[in-house]
Amino acid sequence: MDLDPVILSRLQFAFTIGFHILFPSLTIGLAVFLTYVEARWLATGDTVWRDLYRFWVKIFALAFGMGVVTGIPMSFQFGTNWSEFSLNAGNVIGPLLGYEVLTAFFLEASFLGIMLFGWNRVGPRLHFVATLAVAVGTTLSAFWILSANSWMQTPQGYLINSDGVLEVESWWAVIFNPSFPYRLAHMLTATWLTTSFVIIAVSAWQVLKGRYRETALRALRTGVAAAAILAPLQAFIGDQHGLNTLKHQPIKVAAMEGNWEAGPSKPLLLFAWPDEAAEENHFEIGIPHGASLILTHSFDGEIPGLKDVGPEDRPPVALVFFSFRVMVGLGLLMIAAAWIAFAYRKSLASRPTLLRGLTFMGPAGFIATIAGWTVTEVGRQPWIVHGLLRVDESISPGVASESVMMSLMLFAIVYSLIFAAFLYFVARLVNAGPEPDADPPKADIPAMDAVQRA
Amino acid sequence: MDWVIFDYVLIWAVVIAIGIAMYVILDGFDLGIGILFPFAKQEAWRDDMMASIAPVWDGNETWLVLGGASLFGAFPIVYATVLPALYLPLMLFLLALVFRGIAFEFRHRSQTSTWAWNASFAAGSTIAAFAQGVVLGNFILGLPIEDGHYVGSTFSWLTPFSVFTGFALVCGYGLLGATWLIRKTEGDVQAWAFRVATRLAIALLAAIVAVSLWTPFVEPEIAERWFSFPKIIFLAPVPLVTAAVGLMLLLALKHRNEDRPFTLSISLFLLSYLGLGISLWPYIVPRSITIWEAAAPEKTHTFLLVGVLIFLPLVIGYTLYAYRVFRGKVSGDGYH
Repeated sequence: MDLDPVILSRLQFAFTIGFHILFPSLTIGLAVFLTYVEARWLATGDTVWRDLYRFWVKIFALAFGMGVVTGIPMSFQFGTNWSEFSLNAGNVIGPLLGYEVLTAFFLEASFLGIMLFGWNRVGPRLHFVATLAVAVGTTLSAFWILSANSWMQTPQGYLINSDGVLEVESWWAVIFNPSFPYRLAHMLTATWLTTSFVIIAVSAWQVLKGRYRETALRALRTGVAAAAILAPLQAFIGDQHGLNTLKHQPIKVAAMEGNWEAGPSKPLLLFAWPDEAAEENHFEIGIPHGASLILTHSFDGEIPGLKDVGPEDRPPVALVFFSFRVMVGLGLLMIAAAWIAFAYRKSLASRPTLLRGLTFMGPAGFIATIAGWTVTEVGRQPWIVHGLLRVDESISPGVASESVMMSLMLFAIVYSLIFAAFLYFVARLVNAGPEPDADPPKADIPAMDAVQRA
Repeated sequence: MDWVIFDYVLIWAVVIAIGIAMYVILDGFDLGIGILFPFAKQEAWRDDMMASIAPVWDGNETWLVLGGASLFGAFPIVYATVLPALYLPLMLFLLALVFRGIAFEFRHRSQTSTWAWNASFAAGSTIAAFAQGVVLGNFILGLPIEDGHYVGSTFSWLTPFSVFTGFALVCGYGLLGATWLIRKTEGDVQAWAFRVATRLAIALLAAIVAVSLWTPFVEPEIAERWFSFPKIIFLAPVPLVTAAVGLMLLLALKHRNEDRPFTLSISLFLLSYLGLGISLWPYIVPRSITIWEAAAPEKTHTFLLVGVLIFLPLVIGYTLYAYRVFRGKVSGDGYH
């Protein structure tokens, strides 16, 4: 059997991190949502907010558990599978992960216990502090991990010592490297938007089935209002992030645009079939001057081409090209869905077609997030640290391909099992709705009355 | 300015040693609960056992990530040589932790599949503990490393000694779990925990004696460290105190003391850990890389140390607070 250890190590890392990112995408956003909901409950005493908290915190707990167990292997895989990378870049990346543990992981892990089990042991205000601490922890975790990732995309503040190992010259320059602010904003907004559509989809389904109308409608409206702002905001941040990439990683942008020859007045390709061997596209459908207009804000602006570098320095074009279109397509769909829902926000309960459509939008944010990560990570190839370290020189030389193959298969089996269980338990929670054993409701408020009240 | 670098390296070695000790003790009793899980006589006992650690296990496990990240940052050479060398046992360990961790959420939500999550929790905890013991065994006897690269084969880690230390750590964590239960439970569960703890204490003490005799026999450098004059005079108290603590533990269990068995078991772990440190000093990858050879540049050490000095006291502060919130005997209330 001819197994390429580089491909296997890449597959394992891509699979484990792609799987992992699904859960932080939800928990970072849900932690903010839960903080908001609990704050509203404390401020108003309105039990609908409390019921919403108690319902969503269960889904949060499941997703958080998935995030924790799939996150632990990540912190060891740099060493087990990417030991040459760890040797050469550990001085820079290691401390960033150390700060993530010290400032974020302990905070969220310690206060999560109080958030989930502390209802009868601490007062409502302290409980709110625990929720807030978990939200701060999850966000700080994003800060550090995106700083590390961004440094691998746009490294600065380093020097190369006599052994060829990277050392830090300025920590400030390392942490706040050129792509970091854009990537952090883009990812945090992605988590909030993903979460908004999960809340929208779950609540729309519950309203559609005529269940838990008051809490479901409250959550639905909150989610729609958030998405109506976040979806277009994300498009703007994404555009800014793209301009930053154009400046620092032009070849990645050339792959995103499927552009082979550098030059002015480039079209925006809606579809194409990139052919790496022939160094050209087939079946191009494009909007003339589109790419130039978007990337340079001018009709005849210069766009970099893949042929600016040799084939050995180019990323896999088709994967980056199509992932980018999936991400942007879903982004536009989310803007449309959020705005339509917002326009009808007062009459959502009586629009089953719209509610059904919103239910189907539930996975949109996750798929767009995975597609976006594929664009930025595959687009960085063949580099592991852009311009400094190559991926194929960064794996662990002492680990047999068969070992990586075995661990990859085990990860695939184990993660599939727990993912199935996760979906099953979430579906059951969604079906069961806010817990019936909570304090009895004050009065049986008719649904339409609740609609007008809220 | 050689002495400055010297200091940072030493400080970092101590920080990481403390981080690993924290992990071993804190996640040790969590894993111990999982190891004892299949032997509980009733489902209600298992509910109590899991409830006793549910609010704190995640924070406990975070010490492992701190250890990993600190090693990555402060001693990248160690991170890059030891982890690939122990690839398979580490992957086994990480996957076992997945089964262990996910059981906390899924078992609680399950109605008809509780048995599956019981098995996930028990097998995950036991395999994770065993794999840690295997890693420990390899660490004690040294890894085949040349020029900073692992030169052993895929299964070099599987030796009689490492299998022995694997079983020994399962017993040790089982003891921590049982003595934690003695503190946190009452009635039938506690009476059972006393019986189990006594047997495990005897097993662990026997394992400590075996490892103490086995290692100097196999590794002459360890024999020289402990038995040469005058070192033997300074180091003799370590095994003597360990023996005394072992005896006190057995007595405390016999007299059904509720608090002391747990602290004495922790002391037993710390003393063994100290003994291990004495045997291996100054190597960070035994018999091939010393802490000074493995150290990251000073700029990395100082940056990370600032974070440790500011945030670790905070972490310890709110960890203590969280334990205080959940102090006392476990009572089936308040899950979610």
